Amino acid sequence: MRSGLLAEFDRPEVLVEAIRALRREGIAGLDAHLPYPLHEVLDALELPPSRVPCYALAGGIAGACYAYLLQWWTNGFDYALNVGGRPLGSVPAFIPPTFEGAVLLAAFGAVLSFLGLSKLPRLWNPVAEVPGFHRATSDRFFLAVDADAPGFDRTRAESILLARGALAITAFGLPEVPP
Amino acid sequence: MREPPLSDSYRYGPAYAKAFEDGTPVLAAPGSDAHLTERLLSPLWRGGAFWKIALVLTGGGALFFFATLLYTALTGIGVWGNNIPVGWAFAITNFVWWIGIGHAGTFISAVLLLLEQNWRNSINRLAEAMTLFAIINAAVFPVIHLGRPWFAYWIFPYPSTMGVWPNFRSALPWDAAAISTYFTVSLLFWYVGLLPDLAAARDHAPTPAKRRLYGIFALGWRGSGRAWKNWQMAYLLLGGLATPLVLSVHSVVSLDFAITQLPGWHSTIFPPYFVAGAIYSGFAMVLTLMLPMRRLYRLEDVITTRHLDAMAKLILVTGTVVYYTYAVELFVAWYTGNVFESQLFLWIRLAGPYAWSVWLTFALNFIVPNLMWFRAFRQRPVLLWIASVLVNVAMWFERFFLIITSQAQDFLPSSWDMYKPTYVDGAIFLGTFFLFLFLFFLFLRFVPFIPIAETKELKHTLEAERARLGER
Repeated sequence: MRSGLLAEFDRPEVLVEAIRALRREGIAGLDAHLPYPLHEVLDALELPPSRVPCYALAGGIAGACYAYLLQWWTNGFDYALNVGGRPLGSVPAFIPPTFEGAVLLAAFGAVLSFLGLSKLPRLWNPVAEVPGFHRATSDRFFLAVDADAPGFDRTRAESILLARGALAITAFGLPEVPP
Repeated sequence: MREPPLSDSYRYGPAYAKAFEDGTPVLAAPGSDAHLTERLLSPLWRGGAFWKIALVLTGGGALFFFATLLYTALTGIGVWGNNIPVGWAFAITNFVWWIGIGHAGTFISAVLLLLEQNWRNSINRLAEAMTLFAIINAAVFPVIHLGRPWFAYWIFPYPSTMGVWPNFRSALPWDAAAISTYFTVSLLFWYVGLLPDLAAARDHAPTPAKRRLYGIFALGWRGSGRAWKNWQMAYLLLGGLATPLVLSVHSVVSLDFAITQLPGWHSTIFPPYFVAGAIYSGFAMVLTLMLPMRRLYRLEDVITTRHLDAMAKLILVTGTVVYYTYAVELFVAWYTGNVFESQLFLWIRLAGPYAWSVWLTFALNFIVPNLMWFRAFRQRPVLLWIASVLVNVAMWFERFFLIITSQAQDFLPSSWDMYKPTYVDGAIFLGTFFLFLFLFFLFLRFVPFIPIAETKELKHTLEAERARLGER
């Protein structure tokens, strides 16, 4: 989102109403900026389900396979170690590191995909230039309307947001409108 | 007065409503979200002489700790009291004790997250930080105890020119895998939870330098809806992944003992026994750290007596499990008729040269948790603090007698010997506290130690719930 409108709200319920109103009018490309996760807002935005679990699962499977095969190959073939005549492929003994490998790579899968899918780390975000946006981590709820999304109409979006109780509407990355 | 629709009353049953209305609230902080944010961030901007003195003192102590480790590494572990047969002494006792303490942090942040216990929201960051610092302290001991700590990396499977690999049928590589995974996952969990609060610190920093510093660690978090959705999922998954770690890490540690042949160690009860003891001592350590901090920062309305009450009850539960295990161990030692087991449990431990540590543990671990039946103990910070310290003392001595007695007097009386720690053993143990406190003070000084976003989320949930109940 390089340009668009940013509307400020002081209560999440009002923000939810504004999101619904914009969506009814066919304006897409909405995103909220919230100080804490609000399920009613996230539901209203109708975001696609998070794909983090897929990456975590892939990481977990990869970690388990890696850890098991590493032990099986190193202790069974590359440096076959006969301890007390026990089988070289000691399945039960290989389970604890296999489990740890699964957990470790699943955690990395979850965290890295969370960062990647959320486009983090990010050095600069145009919305951060909007005056008063620092309250997005404190007590204000912001709604960003993407100018590049289909159905964007600046005047219509502004009037809907105002009618729905936005405290302030600021354009970011858009040309100034003469008064 | 209208009846809620069926789905609603199913989702929020009477027990749910009761949990919100009964007794002390889980959050009593007055004021707006902005006020709460500012208040919880304010410790970051307040320096002062107290912090300088505290950090210099504990930092100096941490340097002293490194000096004792260096002395050990340069001279060899002959400066410790270890001997043959007692090869695992103070070092492993301290290792098991510290790593056990970490478990409560993971329990609070992961298990209670999955169980939707919302009281965890205000204390999870502190508990997780305690976990990280406890693991750092614990990890020192297996390494320094090697005697040649500079070869510690041999435990990891890397393609070496020597052409050898670690033996994965031994519990030692399991331990290394378990602890390094535990530390990494705990760190990821802690950091992911911290991101929104680092962004809040960035947005409210009084100086540009601080804004930049917190900005770097906040990774450009702007609280976007998409990001929150992924964050929630990642946080939940990390909770789900850390939950089996609560059970597995100390189980693996216990396998270091259980797969040996020594009487008193070679027992299948060890994994659950160690896990219960770990959570038990960890909750005590959370209280030991949290109660003074709560008083110092005047956070009685964020960490309410309800938190204290809940944690005291968990001490009672886990302490009872630990005591039950003591009873089962003694019973089984007698019931199996194995001469070495019964000799160790019924004679050497209860009446041998280290019997004082056994009876001290038995007494403290029986009396202290059972005081938690009484509300007067659960809800009085000073009494609870004393109890928490006593629990940690008892749990240290539990590991001490467990480790020492089995080795000192095992099978053949001709190979028996006594163990006595030296001043270096004591100095290293003391040093871990300095390092721990140093890291903890750094954490309190520079990191938002009460989760701000999660506390506000809790506040919102409570307000919405109150409104819903009032409407009914």
